[in-house]
Amino acid sequence: MTEPRLVEVRRNVLKQNDVIARELRQRFRAAGVYTVSLVSSPGSGKTAFLEKTLSLVGSTHRVAALVGDLATENDAARLRRSHAPVQQITTGTVCHLDASMVRGALDAWNLADLDFLFIENVGNLVCPSSYDLGEELRLVLLSVTEGEDKPLKYPTIFHSADVAVITKIDLAAAVEFDWQAALANIQSVRPEMPVLQVSAKTGQGLEEWQRFLEARAGKTPEGRTQPVG
Amino acid sequence: MHELSIAISLIESAEEEAAKHHAAAVRAVHLRLGPLAGVEKQALLFSYDLAAAGTALEGSQLIIEDVPVTVFCAVCGERRPVRSLQSFCCAECDTPATQVVQGRELEVIALEIE
Repeated sequence: MTEPRLVEVRRNVLKQNDVIARELRQRFRAAGVYTVSLVSSPGSGKTAFLEKTLSLVGSTHRVAALVGDLATENDAARLRRSHAPVQQITTGTVCHLDASMVRGALDAWNLADLDFLFIENVGNLVCPSSYDLGEELRLVLLSVTEGEDKPLKYPTIFHSADVAVITKIDLAAAVEFDWQAALANIQSVRPEMPVLQVSAKTGQGLEEWQRFLEARAGKTPEGRTQPVG
Repeated sequence: MHELSIAISLIESAEEEAAKHHAAAVRAVHLRLGPLAGVEKQALLFSYDLAAAGTALEGSQLIIEDVPVTVFCAVCGERRPVRSLQSFCCAECDTPATQVVQGRELEVIALEIE
């Protein structure tokens, strides 16, 4: 028997996921597709927000969506009402999407035919934070009905996201949503995080979201890609 | 809970590294874990034994080194710890922190092998 020895290695545990995510990001960029992922707890309005986004952004750009759930095709069916191409990823018992699931779901599409790809993650504020999906922009959604302290309870997912979207703002008064506390909590967890406020029901805030998205993506409303500095 | 998925990835990573070093057996895996990795330490320790069962790492120990979140504070001009994940600011001067230097680690740093 040989002597026990300590060998140094340096290896990211999620290397395999990260390698696939990097490949995806390169493919998206090469094809000129701007990819946005959405994370939130179950029931915070991801699908309603995405349905409106697909209709709105889809009126001037070529859009598609991947949607992750443990079971059912319900969300994909809802999103198809927007007439955008939609693929459902059912994860079984897995509580998050990973990069290989995204890659597998893309086979049916020619990425060069798209301007925007949206990826709706499984409703979960914990697990998705660990997995890079190759997206350019990660949105974390927080509905006014969930309470102002969600960012403090789940700081890691807020930290992994680029933008916070406060949803269901038409209900804010009814639930006595404390805007000041909510915005302070987001900034406390993730300083300088941009925050958008929307209601998928009334449409409030959606145009601002569209302008924000087009500016981030460097895509004009006509669908042409502007040179980015 | 996704720690079992993480544990399986961890075992696969460690197996590959052990093979590179021609290890006959692995006694322990040393892991660096940052709070921003989104992985719960106790759940990972629990999942490790399950994931290791039936692999070359069965019976090995997982040793986790906690990595504190460190940011670069532009006001101090130094690397600093943050107050907390809830209050993400420089622990010295309370300036809100945006440049994370470490704290996202989820990496194998050493193996004890035979």
